[in-house]
Amino acid sequence: MTDLKFTRTHEWVKYTENKKAKVGLTDYAQQQLGDLVFINLPEEGDAVTAKETFCDVESVKAVSDVYSPLSGTISSVNEDLMDAPELINEKPYEAWIAEIEDITDTADFLTEEEYEAFIKTKA
Amino acid sequence: MKLIFETGQEGRRCTILPNLSVPEYILENDLQRKQELMLPCVSETEVSRHYTALSNRVHGVNNGFYPLGSCTMKYNPRINDEAAGLPGFTNIHPMQPEHTAEGCLEVLKEAEELLCEITGMNAMTFQPAAGAHGEFTGLLLMHAYHTKRNDSKRTRILVPDSAHGTNPASAAMVGYTIVNIPSTEHGLVDLEALKAALTPEVAGLMLTNPNTLGLFDKNILEITRLVHEAGGLNYYDGANLNAIIGRARPGDMGFDIVHLNLHKTFSTPHGGGGPGSGPVGCKEFLSGYLPGHRVKRENGNHFQLPSDESIGRVKMFEGNFLVVVRALTYLLTIGKEGAADISGTAVLNANYMMKKLADTFTVAYPGICMHEFVLSLENVKEEHHVSALDFAKAMQDYGMHPPTMYFPMIVHEALMLEPTETESKETIDYAVLVMKELYTAAEKDPQKLKDAPFSQPVRRLDEVAAARKPVLTYDFTQV
Amino acid sequence: MGSYIPNTENDKKEMMDFLCISSPDELFKEIPDEVLLKGELLIPSGKSEMEVNMIMKKTAAKNHVFSTILRGAGAYYHYIPSIVKSVISKEEFVTAYTPYQAEMSQGLLQAIFEYQTMICALTGMKASNASVYDGATAAAEAVAMCRDKKRGKVLISEGVHPQVIEVIRTYLTGFGDEIVMISCKNGTTDLRALKEEMNDEAACVLIQQPNFYGAIEPAEEIGAIVHQTKAGFIMHCNPISLGLLKTPGECGADIAVGEGQPLGMPLSYGGPYLGFMAASAEMMRKLPGRIVGQTTDTEGRRAYVLTLQAREQHIRREKAASNICSNQALCALTAAVYMSVMGPEGIKQAALHCMSNAHYLADELCRLKSFAMENSSEFFHEFTTVCEDAPTVLQALEKEDILGGLMLDDRRILWCVTEMTGKEELDRAVKIIQRLYDKNLEA
Repeated sequence: MTDLKFTRTHEWVKYTENKKAKVGLTDYAQQQLGDLVFINLPEEGDAVTAKETFCDVESVKAVSDVYSPLSGTISSVNEDLMDAPELINEKPYEAWIAEIEDITDTADFLTEEEYEAFIKTKA
Repeated sequence: MKLIFETGQEGRRCTILPNLSVPEYILENDLQRKQELMLPCVSETEVSRHYTALSNRVHGVNNGFYPLGSCTMKYNPRINDEAAGLPGFTNIHPMQPEHTAEGCLEVLKEAEELLCEITGMNAMTFQPAAGAHGEFTGLLLMHAYHTKRNDSKRTRILVPDSAHGTNPASAAMVGYTIVNIPSTEHGLVDLEALKAALTPEVAGLMLTNPNTLGLFDKNILEITRLVHEAGGLNYYDGANLNAIIGRARPGDMGFDIVHLNLHKTFSTPHGGGGPGSGPVGCKEFLSGYLPGHRVKRENGNHFQLPSDESIGRVKMFEGNFLVVVRALTYLLTIGKEGAADISGTAVLNANYMMKKLADTFTVAYPGICMHEFVLSLENVKEEHHVSALDFAKAMQDYGMHPPTMYFPMIVHEALMLEPTETESKETIDYAVLVMKELYTAAEKDPQKLKDAPFSQPVRRLDEVAAARKPVLTYDFTQV
Repeated sequence: MGSYIPNTENDKKEMMDFLCISSPDELFKEIPDEVLLKGELLIPSGKSEMEVNMIMKKTAAKNHVFSTILRGAGAYYHYIPSIVKSVISKEEFVTAYTPYQAEMSQGLLQAIFEYQTMICALTGMKASNASVYDGATAAAEAVAMCRDKKRGKVLISEGVHPQVIEVIRTYLTGFGDEIVMISCKNGTTDLRALKEEMNDEAACVLIQQPNFYGAIEPAEEIGAIVHQTKAGFIMHCNPISLGLLKTPGECGADIAVGEGQPLGMPLSYGGPYLGFMAASAEMMRKLPGRIVGQTTDTEGRRAYVLTLQAREQHIRREKAASNICSNQALCALTAAVYMSVMGPEGIKQAALHCMSNAHYLADELCRLKSFAMENSSEFFHEFTTVCEDAPTVLQALEKEDILGGLMLDDRRILWCVTEMTGKEELDRAVKIIQRLYDKNLEA
């Protein structure tokens, strides 16, 4: 997991080849959200801005915004989550939400250790 | 229990219509539906028993105590339904000539006059079908007012954080941006935060008073004055009017627009979710913007007039007319003396119940409440892992409907209770006894509450599965 | 005088003693003095139940109930089976709130689930909500479901009910969306005009089936044209007509909406009625309002619950697609009971009666020299005629206790015939008009 970067709004970022990055929700986030029942995915080609909401996830009695850790363009979305949002609960670091390309800006990233320390302050 | 699709037999039917008295017209084959029409094939006996069985699995306010906060579940008098069922109302076509619908126009005019007096408004429309629909209509009046003054910069609506979810949703439907105003530790509008938010972009404020915590905002005159001085209008969400009816009027508090919930304060039944009615009243300077036609009276006759400045219809015809008939019947019954008695008793009942519970439960905002109050079960949750939800489910086993749960959102583990004026002291005493018993149970045998209810046709439901893989219709192929 | 307060003076005294107060007035001290009402409200004194009963009867008697009704235009006079009225007056259904507490509301939730299933059966769609206010607001909500930042045009056929169009216009007030009207030709939506307006800016296309003027729209062809773009296709349908007509599902509609009043609700001067909404599987999660879903309880029993709630205002607040909270649940129940009693054969029979009776009246009217159909399009139970002096025709009928068709202008009348008016009543109406013209000839 050392290749992951984290945000204070509980997203993770993993840079892939060709200067793209995959984005998902952290284990802490999915625990806080509880059983997810649906995800409103962004669309391919959408322009996203770092620190602004770009999709949302639903549990039975709540909806929560997901903030983009990066500015750029959505190059692909994880369609599997449409039918199985529970993948985020089961394997948060595999269940990526979207891949972003043409990255121009980023949120403030934390390392894994910094993020672990950060969520301890929340508890 | 069986679904109606699982009863009956192919070929079974009720005989309702006669034979044709004119030649049968054959529709061109191309225009005809090819899909089989999958409706129940049942006898009248089966229909009757099916729905009787279903009705036995519903709890209405006429079944028992229903202290659902902010919903004002008072007794629904049957005379209201009898009046609404008169053929002289039910068989009137909404587009029949005015002079043949004099009685309907009279109902609308009279209800308008009575409700305007009660709210301190000058004109009212009955087009909105529900409270949220009224909010939307009222905000459109606000929009029209600013537009007429060429004041197009006003794009924000202020909403306190204790507001019903419909307030921000309605404002969004008019294209407004929502600015949340925080509450003070005493549960009232934070005046400093309000002042800071009152920029030239503010179109108006939406307020429920008493608010959803059951508290009357004593700063109300200053609040509405500040909004007016900033060029905005004040909107009164009438969901909680039962607390002050006959004692104070939104119009005298500085509000310009009001919506009422006839299915709350004015005793019309809620029908398992509707139809309601959400008439919108306003001060004279806004009356030209009201949707639909205005009913005028001249020499004892009624007629309708359109307005050129109207925001346009929000619904077809004249709204949920029969609900207005019910509310008028109720208003004629209670009259001017009854109005203040309603609020007096509703508030007395609520305070009595709150104080009775206060030695056991944590009251979110202690002191005097209006028609409702909020308990916080945060300590029970922390100490015994019994949540407000568990508590509510356990109350079902005592033949009473649970209070509103997890609302307002600013109180953790909230239970919001509104006993209303139509409940007796005995009923309230019994409910208090039950709740205290459950409190003791939460300490001694928390699992019992977590497993509740036991007396209902089903136990707790898998809501996650329902939402993840929605099954919204009966699957005919499964047979 | 009338009161529904059970507490006696003695009860109140005990309660006040417990609160250490001597009058309920003391509980209102947070209300500023300037705001407190000093006197009584200027409304009449309360009355007994008996007096109120008499007053309401007198008021109702000031209305005229026509013995024959040949007017529709959005409100339809149908037969309501007796059992429908008895089922929907059961107090448990009437006096319940929205079924937030599922375990305690299974009867209501199951009834709505059955209603959703029946609406889908009728429309040929995949998912239905639990109702909205009426047909017009259903259309406005459907338009909102198709809203898209990139497509700002809402295409509406001129065949749609003028009040439905007005409501949509009102609902769009705060948004930049532009309404583009598509003209009609020979009574139905002009396909060429539609094609010309279909481009990447179109968010949706709305037609009414049968349309306001009575004609049956070429819905399948319109669907095919719409789907050459990404726009949504919305059909506003008469539910009784769906007993016979091709369903929105078969016509490729993305959303089917309509006025459910013909399914067992009386005319009631315009309400309460029932807005039904059904959508394709893809659009399901965009449906506004309550939706009931099937699930199981902890013991594995089949059960029902309000579901997909994260779409709604109480969770999503300003981000919700709609603000709807209360709907028309009891009207949805009415429609469900009506459809159960009528069954597939009964609904088809009602539709057949409507259509046959309407064609009979149209034929008989057109035998009169001065009457002609406005267009040659096929129709269901409404049609538009052209004649001289429409007001005189309607007045003559009114004198004979017949509510004639709706006057569109001095020459055009929009008629509606349901199963309630058979040969006898229709012959009588035609004879009255015939006599009118005979008299004119003599004069």
